[in-house]
Amino acid sequence: MAELLQFVFSGLTVGAIYALVALGFTLIYKASDIINFAQGEFVMLGGMITVFAAIAGVPLPLAALLAVIATTAIGLALHRFAIAPARGASPVALIMITIGASIFLRGTAQIIFDRRFHSLPSLFGNDPIQFGGAAILPQSLVVLASATVIVILLWLFIDRTFLGKAVIATAANRLAARLIGIDTRRIVDLSFALSAAIGAIAGVVITPIALTSYDVGTLLALKGFAAAMLGGIGSAPGAVVGGLLIGMFEALAAGYLSSNYKDAVAFLIILVVLIFIPQGLFGRAKIERV
Amino acid sequence: MKALQRVTAATVIGFLALLGGGYQVLAQIKIGSVLSVTGPASFLGDPEKKTLEIYVDEINAKGGVNGQKLQLVVYDDGGNADNARTFATRLVEEDKIVAMVGGSTTGSTLAMIPIFEDAKIPFISLAGAIQIIQPVRSWVFKTPHTDKMACEKIFADLKARNLTTIALISGTGAFGKSMRDQCVAVAPSSGIKIAIEESYGPRDSDMTPQLTNIKNKAGVLAVVNPGFGQGPAIVTRNYRQLGITLPLYQSHGVASKQFIELAGPAAEGVRLPAAALLIADKLPANDPQKPVVVDYARTYQQKTGQAVSTFGGHAYDGLMILLEAMKRAKTADPVKVRAEIEKTKGYIGTGGIVNMSPTDHMGLDLSAFRMLEIKGGDWTLIPGT
Repeated sequence: MAELLQFVFSGLTVGAIYALVALGFTLIYKASDIINFAQGEFVMLGGMITVFAAIAGVPLPLAALLAVIATTAIGLALHRFAIAPARGASPVALIMITIGASIFLRGTAQIIFDRRFHSLPSLFGNDPIQFGGAAILPQSLVVLASATVIVILLWLFIDRTFLGKAVIATAANRLAARLIGIDTRRIVDLSFALSAAIGAIAGVVITPIALTSYDVGTLLALKGFAAAMLGGIGSAPGAVVGGLLIGMFEALAAGYLSSNYKDAVAFLIILVVLIFIPQGLFGRAKIERV
Repeated sequence: MKALQRVTAATVIGFLALLGGGYQVLAQIKIGSVLSVTGPASFLGDPEKKTLEIYVDEINAKGGVNGQKLQLVVYDDGGNADNARTFATRLVEEDKIVAMVGGSTTGSTLAMIPIFEDAKIPFISLAGAIQIIQPVRSWVFKTPHTDKMACEKIFADLKARNLTTIALISGTGAFGKSMRDQCVAVAPSSGIKIAIEESYGPRDSDMTPQLTNIKNKAGVLAVVNPGFGQGPAIVTRNYRQLGITLPLYQSHGVASKQFIELAGPAAEGVRLPAAALLIADKLPANDPQKPVVVDYARTYQQKTGQAVSTFGGHAYDGLMILLEAMKRAKTADPVKVRAEIEKTKGYIGTGGIVNMSPTDHMGLDLSAFRMLEIKGGDWTLIPGT
């Protein structure tokens, strides 16, 4: 029993990380139908900028804030200088641009920062919390709490503010949104900036557990993307549930089956789910109006 | 286009090297090298290239070898074995080198071996895998220690502490996998029984399920973790998180200060094998390797402003073994130099004390590794290892 509980704790830890990364995908997708493959790099930037600002002597909370602001600016720049100029292009072409941006950011980070791994101190120390014979690190709960808070804020923003409605309108029909006076470019700007901020926050809170380096983004984005797909892309609660489920699949597979095949098991389950529910657990089926 | 740029760059560099080496173009010993200076293996190739350049300059400033100046020709394979093979052909056919020190990765080394074997040019590789020198090829040598030796070193320490039933948790990256295979292969002959085996992916952020299984396995007395990068640091943290009290052994893959920083207080009491170079200042004054490693570490740090790595040390050893062989042969003739490299005895290098023979083209024994224990956030040398 203690064994199962430990696997669940591990699943929660890893799942919360995936969930936070997955959340970053939702907003950009909602506003522009683009899957931003540079999302992992936002996570990397959040962690790396905090680490290097802290090394330079900036107090940790300030360093984290600085990282979030800088990453937000980079997200905004990504939209302004790379995505917006190509706005007539198909989503596939735009996704290609984000892949290019991801490679560019990774390469630049490698030169500006370094190629080593870095860590950050945990918010509440490294003493594990014992529960029923299993142990979980307080930082895992911080990650989980961050994901929950972001979901709530996103929900409040999208459903309860005028600006949020504008995001949905932009996603639904860009031309119509413009006709009723929504500055759609600003809205997509905003979605990139917020997604970058979410990514950076994820980077700051997961670094004490997962560590960071210039190239952590790729694999995190892959797992985060899988989580977003499983939960239904565009749905914030879906991203969290998807992330936690994948983390749980991996931990249980590593514990009960074989640690060699845990990734394969997790992705197999995702495939099966997506075959039966192609829009994901929380996603709405897309209806093409003719 | 890229290839053209590289050729141009190489030509310019070669020309500058010619100028820099003085105007005695007549009597020169041409040494070739192909290294992974850029690309994913640049952490190997970059310090190797810097080391070769520093010491070739230094030796030329002192008058060269056998009255002849050295000329170093370096190509960058970018971590690609195909490129390495092309450059090796160029070194043989166009640059007409007399000896080769290089090959950062096992892949590029294995790709270049047939070319130097055919051309009958001595080739000292800087890559890790045991396949390079087993079976023995007459023209191929190597300086780095192998993963197998690291396993044997750990197992010898376990045996001495009477901890003969162990658990193995390894990374599935290239380093972890290769070392895991070697450890499993040498375990029976070392008197070690592997009771349970677990693995983790190179980017995993939590290994508690695997460690829980190890914790619950009856009879396990110690845990060994072959791996590279951030994985071993996370394993070490999770190990303490679960409150496992068995002795934990890491590999030489994490023998850097970075591991202690990443793992934090959890690293206390962890043991691992490491090359003498990394603990140059910790070696006792009577250690035969002490003068060599201290001198190399200081020179490298002064000239590059970077901390030493064992990889640059491998290049140092390769170059010195070659030059000493040339001095003994009193010529740079490849056939005679090859025979002398094979007779290298008692060469004290950064990687250990080298005693080559016709059946051993590496010449290192387990004394090349020292067992370290992490205490108070720093390495301590375990006496008698």
